[in-house]
Amino acid sequence: MREPELVQGNEACARGALYAGCRFFAGYPITPSSEIMEYLAREMPKVGGICLQMEDEIASISAVIGASWGGAKAMTATSGPGFSLMQESIGYAAITETPCVIVDAQRWSPSTGQPTKAAQGDVMQARWGTHGDHPIIVLTASWVREVFEMTVHAFNFAEKYRVPVILLLDEVLAHLRENVILPEPGELEVISRQRPERLEDFQPFANEMMLNFGEGGHIMVTGMAHDEMGFPTQGQKAAEQLKRIVSKIERRAEELALYRAHYLDDAEAVIISYGITSRAVEAAVELMRAQGLAVGFLDLKTLWPFPEKLIRSWTEGVQYVLVPELNLGQLVREVERAVGGRAPVEHLGRVDGYLITPQEICQRVQERLGVNHGVRSS
Amino acid sequence: MAYDLLEEYLRVERLPHVWCPGCGHGVITHALACAMAELRLDPDRTAVIGGIGCSGRAAFLFDMDAMHTTHGRAIVFATGLKLVRPQLTVILTLGDGDAVGIGGNHFIHACRRNLDLTAIIYNNSIYGQTGGQVAPTTPPHKKSTTSPYGNLEYPFDIAQLAIAAGATYVARTTSFDFRDMVKFIKRGILHKGFAVIEVLTHCPTYYGRLNEMRDPYEMLHRLKEHTVPLEEWEQLSAEERADKIVVGELHCQERPEFVESYYALITRMQSQQVKGDGN
Amino acid sequence: MATKQIQLSGAGGQGLVLAGVILAEAAMRDGKNVAVAQSYGPEARLGASKAEVIISTEKIAYPQVTRPDILLCLSQDAFAKYFPAVDNHALVVIDSTQVHMKSRERDNIIQLPLLRAAVEHVGNKLVTNIVALGALNALTGLVSWENLERAVAQRTPAKFRDQNLRALAVGRQLAQHILTNQTKEVDLWQQQQRPNGKAS
Repeated sequence: MREPELVQGNEACARGALYAGCRFFAGYPITPSSEIMEYLAREMPKVGGICLQMEDEIASISAVIGASWGGAKAMTATSGPGFSLMQESIGYAAITETPCVIVDAQRWSPSTGQPTKAAQGDVMQARWGTHGDHPIIVLTASWVREVFEMTVHAFNFAEKYRVPVILLLDEVLAHLRENVILPEPGELEVISRQRPERLEDFQPFANEMMLNFGEGGHIMVTGMAHDEMGFPTQGQKAAEQLKRIVSKIERRAEELALYRAHYLDDAEAVIISYGITSRAVEAAVELMRAQGLAVGFLDLKTLWPFPEKLIRSWTEGVQYVLVPELNLGQLVREVERAVGGRAPVEHLGRVDGYLITPQEICQRVQERLGVNHGVRSS
Repeated sequence: MAYDLLEEYLRVERLPHVWCPGCGHGVITHALACAMAELRLDPDRTAVIGGIGCSGRAAFLFDMDAMHTTHGRAIVFATGLKLVRPQLTVILTLGDGDAVGIGGNHFIHACRRNLDLTAIIYNNSIYGQTGGQVAPTTPPHKKSTTSPYGNLEYPFDIAQLAIAAGATYVARTTSFDFRDMVKFIKRGILHKGFAVIEVLTHCPTYYGRLNEMRDPYEMLHRLKEHTVPLEEWEQLSAEERADKIVVGELHCQERPEFVESYYALITRMQSQQVKGDGN
Repeated sequence: MATKQIQLSGAGGQGLVLAGVILAEAAMRDGKNVAVAQSYGPEARLGASKAEVIISTEKIAYPQVTRPDILLCLSQDAFAKYFPAVDNHALVVIDSTQVHMKSRERDNIIQLPLLRAAVEHVGNKLVTNIVALGALNALTGLVSWENLERAVAQRTPAKFRDQNLRALAVGRQLAQHILTNQTKEVDLWQQQQRPNGKAS
């Protein structure tokens, strides 16, 4: 039995990245994500990798894309303001099908907001932050060990599907320290990009095969609409290529859906949450189950592509769906769409910089299930 | 330079290029291809990274790994690439707006960092691809579609900016001086560190038309007339220098190169670890 | 013990997060589950700072303190901010060198001259956080001394290791004065009763 260690969320992210084979990191200091870069600045050279502090976040994500085409598994980490700056290049990564990982430790926003307060306000930006239709995968985590695991998943998805993957953390989880036993080498699967077998007739923008720079492929990479060979195109070919890159992710929504489900079999009320808020949900559900209430929870790890079918099936026949999040209502609308009016879907939001508490969740669910009529909280 | 040798470096099937008749960009691109050929660069180990703008289109013409990036960011895409593939010769084709307008911050930091990249700056004093707007390199009083009454601002001297920011090889020439272009580009590529080759060129379509200089040859000739080689420049009085621009190899310096420094760090940390493992 | 919620509060720069990490690490080595959350403002020095430690024999779902069992205050601001929120069951320890109470606000407030002890007995005011940990652990028995000492030794700079270990012992002795009712040196309001919260 290995000894547990006390690890911070940001450190777990950095260590997860190294475990997944990340050998290039570029970033710019920003609370609450800076510890990721600080850790990698110390550790990267020891494993032959590169950690570079750039002049801003635009430079960071752009260097990551360049490094990915050089063949390295590459990552950057930031928070809201930096995440906003990165959006243009995230679109470039999407259209050029560049594997890369972007960590966003969310803080109270918009703008500078409250750098040291947690929030979950970047859910829609993570999906739609860059302009135009595009493929993206967005993961999140609730526990320090999960931060490690989701970072590994993020690299695996990025490499397997040639897509930028965003990992949404938040201030509390980024700074939270917990006792964990982190995975040993070999314990988690690590996936790397697939090389084409033949160079001669290789089309670099036709599928998930990828040839790096410096390997004789004479690859042309552009953010313009391009054909299978990477040269500018228009009209029907541009449409075909856009549909291909979007659908390679959207059609795999079910296999990409990572989640934890608990007490759902007999649940009358289902709480759907993600990230740090799932911790309050889990505590609340345990409390309510102890009181004999049929409440269950679905803790989403994959936010995008939105696991619509999963939500639909788990909310079949329930009386009430609650979506707590640290914002004024983002993922709740997607849940509403998936539930499609078959049960009332309510949002429980909080934007004062503090976490939603188990008590708040219990109170709301008890009220709606007609138990313990107390003061209404909204 | 023999045409068949150039064929090794250019995607000749993509010619003719997209630049306007009379534009200087084709000449600069030709000079870059010649420099590559004269240096016998291995196309499998060379990459061209371009930005957005007329100059960015050069990336599509080179038969090697090439990247047409986002506007202003070519340098930082190249930074990531060069660091993980140190054996690649990475050449940047940048416009003036690309390099010192939207990408100015990356430019000065690349000079400071002294990464082994060669930046060729196609400086035509205007935003051409978007239709002739004022640039951070447009001379005072000159007209553009967004300085219709004459430019009220003063331009960057890109070469001086590069020197001040720490670039270790800086040369300036014009699209008139083909041999100098090839020579300076070659030296820039061979130089270990961040090399900047600023090429003053002309945009007859916008800059010329808006400033009553429609004839490309006339514009090219003016470039020659208004530039002075470094040796002569030093003999000129302040008055004589007033409407002139100095060209030549303006700066060359040895300073630790960033990729080498980082890999030396890797070696040092890894050897320490091997020792540390014995404990 | 099932779960203990501990708030360590004071000003930025007083090493509260480090104290929380050391306490949690000791508890982890004792075989407990732990969570350390931090709350701080924009200032690297001064400003309000708080570390929250949860120690439990159970899985810790909600990672933040909801009802503190133990509150440590190393600054007047922290006392003003966090003390009113704790209920009667909580053990409150304040640094009497840095926190002044207008009146006897509650029986179970323990006042210890932590900063003074750090300066006079260790010769370094920067180890006040560790003096506080020694005192807190003597009062509550949250973690084993063996693992607490080990965590202090591992999480503090080698150069200051001896000072920090001495600080831990000084804090422990300070609290012993209370526990054995020899209160002259520590100038207590009143505290004889051994607080609840002894680890089982």
